[in-house]
Amino acid sequence: MSRSGFLQYEKFNQLFSQLQSAGYGCVGPSVIDGAVQFGKISSVAQLPQGIELTVKPGSVRVAKGDHQRYFAWPNGAQGIKPWLYRSRELLWRAEQTEQGFVFNRPEVNAEPIAFIGARACDLAALQLQDLHFMYGDYPDPFYSAHRNALFIVGVNCSHTGNTCFCASTGDGPEIQSGFDLLLDELDDGFIVRFGSEKGLKIFEQLELTPVSAEGHVDAKAQIAEVIAAQERALLHENMHANIFSNLDDREWDSVAEKCLACGNCTMVCPTCFCHREVEVQALDGKSSQHIREWDSCFNQDHSYIHGITIRDETRLRYRQWMSHKLGSWRDQYDRTGCTGCGRCISWCPAAIDFVAEANLIAGDS
Amino acid sequence: MSAQPIANPYLPYEAEIVERIQETPDVFTWRLRFVDEQLHQQYEFQHGQFNMLYQFGVGEIPVSVKNREQNLLTHTIRVVGRVTKAMAELKAGHRIGIRGPYGRGWPIQDCTGKDVVFITAGLGCAPAISAIQHVAECRTCFGRLVIMQSVKHRSDMLWQKQYDEWRQLPNTQVLLAASREKTNWPNWERGRVSVLFEDAIYDKQNCTVMLCGPDGMMSGSARMLAELGVPEEHIYLSLERNMQCAIGHCGHCQFGSAFVCKDGPVFSYPEVKEVLGHRGF
Ligand SMILES: Cc1cc2nc3c(=O)[nH]c(=O)nc-3n(C[C@H](O)[C@H](O)[C@H](O)COP(=O)(O)OP(=O)(O)OC[C@H]3O[C@@H](n4cnc5c(N)ncnc54)[C@H](O)[C@@H]3O)c2cc1C
Ligand code: SF4
Ligand code: SF4
Ligand code: FES
Repeated sequence: MSRSGFLQYEKFNQLFSQLQSAGYGCVGPSVIDGAVQFGKISSVAQLPQGIELTVKPGSVRVAKGDHQRYFAWPNGAQGIKPWLYRSRELLWRAEQTEQGFVFNRPEVNAEPIAFIGARACDLAALQLQDLHFMYGDYPDPFYSAHRNALFIVGVNCSHTGNTCFCASTGDGPEIQSGFDLLLDELDDGFIVRFGSEKGLKIFEQLELTPVSAEGHVDAKAQIAEVIAAQERALLHENMHANIFSNLDDREWDSVAEKCLACGNCTMVCPTCFCHREVEVQALDGKSSQHIREWDSCFNQDHSYIHGITIRDETRLRYRQWMSHKLGSWRDQYDRTGCTGCGRCISWCPAAIDFVAEANLIAGDS
Repeated sequence: MSAQPIANPYLPYEAEIVERIQETPDVFTWRLRFVDEQLHQQYEFQHGQFNMLYQFGVGEIPVSVKNREQNLLTHTIRVVGRVTKAMAELKAGHRIGIRGPYGRGWPIQDCTGKDVVFITAGLGCAPAISAIQHVAECRTCFGRLVIMQSVKHRSDMLWQKQYDEWRQLPNTQVLLAASREKTNWPNWERGRVSVLFEDAIYDKQNCTVMLCGPDGMMSGSARMLAELGVPEEHIYLSLERNMQCAIGHCGHCQFGSAFVCKDGPVFSYPEVKEVLGHRGF
């Protein structure tokens, strides 16, 4: 285990000021519109201290809690994804000249960001997005620029949500790697560790005290409690074969009756990567922007080829989503595309339980 | 803030339409030259690969590379919707954008000495044309060449003259079928492409079959060929799916586990058998 230190609540704002003096803009959680959402923040005062976040299928509620902790809630509405793989990105511009149009590449403005409060499921999802956007045959320059400018402050989960199932996917609740700094929150402060040189630099600037023996024990104990408290679990780690041998299962029809095909699940999922490219021509017709925007396999257009929509029914679109997440993703990236964050369940307006559906369709081996 | 120009795999290159040929009322061919001369000389493709073609202010679409003729890149496009309609309006001298080539083409290099069978359906079947041409041009490099093509109506047939020329080549068979034709015509069968299977002469144990057309035709044909004794791994097919990026990022072209843009568009039958012809993939 790497070197650790204890940062008392009174000193917590040092983390912000040190990151800021190192040139990072801080991104962290706040309560916005009745949910925990990540945005640019400048001090600990904006963090969701003392709240209780109750998530269940189709429902997310924030209330006042009877504690003073900052991260005593499962996870936010989005993971790290929107900060790297942005929901809208200008890919290039075409501009008319006398000879005909020419292409211009945009500059990528990668502002260094410190993401404060990444959870184990978020970091596992980040690894998957890295594989998809950075380590293929065509590294994505936009994603890579944002990614390389990212500083990650991870937080081990001390509270699980009713929709969380990271223990069953093997991704949480304890963070193993991928962080610059890592926090375990206790009642009066944080155990801090570093996981990179960048992290060490900040670590060394903090006024840390030694971590007490009970501190280490309590931190371990609260992670164990989270694991014990998770009720939801995928029945098998590998559901690929079962899903693809049950492509005509009746349950696809039943779930399609509930599903609104709204695509909320794909929008909050930290691993989904689908996007469309759109063209926005200037009013004077002299230039045109080529932009990519998040898309979802729940949209009819997603599978359109001239004259046919391959997935013209909700049943087929729901099946695409689940068979990709839990099935074909394994062939693509050697593991499932699900890190157990539970967001697709919490944010489903029809309260569809992804885990229960997967277990029904692909549970029996 | 760090701002720098970046290598951008999404960025197309300017190209000029040197010639435009109207093939039928709704099909045209472009002969193209990259504006950058060095790029134009360097551009290479494999038979069966495709480019993303860009129409100013409208968008990008995937189109198979038809060939390189007189050192010009050729694409044949059927007008079906938004982008292709706008493209149809362009004339010689106008610019488009091109990026590519993308994907995996036909396994031509593995066909030396073997019989080569093309089974195509639909209009033109651009992804197969350059491969057929290649095999036709070197009749001694390969075994027999068998071309089976089906269309709805005889008049849908593109490049009829080209097929008539191929028919004259040694060791070559050209079989044509029209599924909606009412009268009998010389050299034509009535029916789907499978009515031609019986007349095709090739070594089933030592051949490569290349399929191009609607999914149903390809999965049906692949199954029948396997029953006739063609080893499944010698059957190849070219798929068409919605494509936004062509570089494995946008997710639209997924076909089960495969990204058609980068793992295909040409696949061997065993690679896609699990979901080929299955509704929803
Ligand atoms: C690998 C590959 C090779 C192709 N080669 C050729 C060719 O050589 N010649 C030719 O005429 N056509 C070819 N096509 C089909 C061609 O891409 C479509 O006809 C074209 O995208 C239709 O665009 P549209 O805007 O005119 O049609 P619309 O019906 O208005 O389509 C709207 C949008 O949907 C998408 N789309 C629609 N149909 C297709 C399709 N079949 N494939 C992929 N995306 C689609 C495109 O993004 C398109 O802009 C190929 C497709 C693929 C995938
Ligand atoms: S599928 Fe659902 S639970 Fe799994 S990572 Fe995506 S949003 Fe989270
Ligand atoms: S296909 Fe669907 S489930 Fe898969 S990445 Fe795209 S939106 Fe997400
Ligand atoms: S076309 Fe975008 S992933 Fe294949």
